[in-house]
Amino acid sequence: MNIYRVLGFSTRYLYLFKRSLPRLMEIFYWPVIDLLLWGFVGIYLNKHQGATPDIIGFFLGALILWDILFRSQQGISISFLEDIWSRNLLNIFTSPISQTEYITTLLFMSVIKLILASTVMVLLALLFYAFNIFTFGLALIPLAANLIIMGWSIGIITTAVILRYGQQAEVLAWGIAFLFQPVSAVFYPVDVLPPFLRVVAWCVPASHVFEGMRTVLNGAPLPLGQVLIAALLNIVYITVAILFFKWNFKMVKKKGLLARNGE
Amino acid sequence: MSYVLEVESLTKTFGGFTAVDSISFKMRRGEILGLMGPNGAGKTTTLHMLLDLTTATSGSVKLFGLEYKNNREEILSRINFSSSYISLPSGLTVIENLTVMARVYGIRGRKRRRELIDGLMERLEVTELAKRSTRGLSSGQLTRVCLVKALLNSPDLLFLDEPTASLDPDIADKTRRLLRSIREQRKVSILYSSHNMAEMEELCDRIIFMNKGRIVAVGTAKEILASYNGTSLEEVFLKITRETVV
Repeated sequence: MNIYRVLGFSTRYLYLFKRSLPRLMEIFYWPVIDLLLWGFVGIYLNKHQGATPDIIGFFLGALILWDILFRSQQGISISFLEDIWSRNLLNIFTSPISQTEYITTLLFMSVIKLILASTVMVLLALLFYAFNIFTFGLALIPLAANLIIMGWSIGIITTAVILRYGQQAEVLAWGIAFLFQPVSAVFYPVDVLPPFLRVVAWCVPASHVFEGMRTVLNGAPLPLGQVLIAALLNIVYITVAILFFKWNFKMVKKKGLLARNGE
Repeated sequence: MSYVLEVESLTKTFGGFTAVDSISFKMRRGEILGLMGPNGAGKTTTLHMLLDLTTATSGSVKLFGLEYKNNREEILSRINFSSSYISLPSGLTVIENLTVMARVYGIRGRKRRRELIDGLMERLEVTELAKRSTRGLSSGQLTRVCLVKALLNSPDLLFLDEPTASLDPDIADKTRRLLRSIREQRKVSILYSSHNMAEMEELCDRIIFMNKGRIVAVGTAKEILASYNGTSLEEVFLKITRETVV
């Protein structure tokens, strides 16, 4: 893999931020809206019900961590869509950039977008609700890393599907992460789910991460077992995603769809 | 003799439909080879197979004696492509787009990159567009900018799909002159697809005429005119497309 090429191609997306206010807004707008909305819901519940002492912490912690997953996925899918929208795919795939280098560029961009959005969310949570995500301590690293990898897996699969079906599959880029949200136990424990969905939830890496997060917020140490299961599941997810992308790329070339969707 | 491009029994089928039917041809270094034919003749599918965008059903493609399977990076760094059907990211300025592509093609050093881009932009008369948003370009301007992109890596083989389709006669003529001068200076080979008969006749050393997925005529414009008793390529075009495949 040629890192120089990856960095060179990344500037294509970085230039876009510089030139496009809507794209820059897209990174910050929803995180800020979500944060304000859930933060105030938390304050309201704290005042009027008082059932859980740190309900704001639960909501905001969950929200910030969910956004890590969501941004990781979107960072890949939306960057790829930028190339579809601008009819740039053929320029890319007739250049020496390889599939691996292209995907690495998309992963790199997702990290950049994630850092930008997370920084804003973390600062606003601290400013408005005195919630400091760094109270998680070192536990934050494996929790976030697992969510990033799950987001990447979903992003790579989404990209593969869009590559095959073109812009008609674009809706996946915006909505597919939310398909996992009900079974990721983001805002509630897995126990809340009906038994058959619990089985599904335990197969989703994010559910182990959010269970871990709640354990840490309750003052207990990070459950390493949960983190390990999430990591193992993520190895399976990312491997399947990469294999699916490679297989799909072959199919797309065989069916002549790369050229068709790229023009 | 070594060839820059060797195509042998290349076939592409989509389900039961044969888009390209066992075509074979070779291309010499420094040659401008025209690919001509009516819509649906298989030109674009052929071009896409030569660029490894579409996988052939059977047959082989060799560029510089190499196959894509194990030499993709080397081959693609020695060729380039421009088409009036593709674009460059519209949110970037022209110079930003060209800088990105120059980096992708491995042109290192800010100064070297800038000198190369400036030189090419000057030759294609698009210098004044450097800081313009790509979104705001006319189709003729965009075509010329895409041609600058196609020349960034000093390719040995250039694939051009209707590159002058959206250019006015003056710029189209300048573009053809430029392509000829690049060929003379650097011995670049150019595979050129167009519907413009006069342009093909003027520019190409040889022409491949395709119809219904097959090659129906190959040769210089004069040879093709002679073998079909035509006075112009347009007349031959109509003759061939209205006849059954030879």
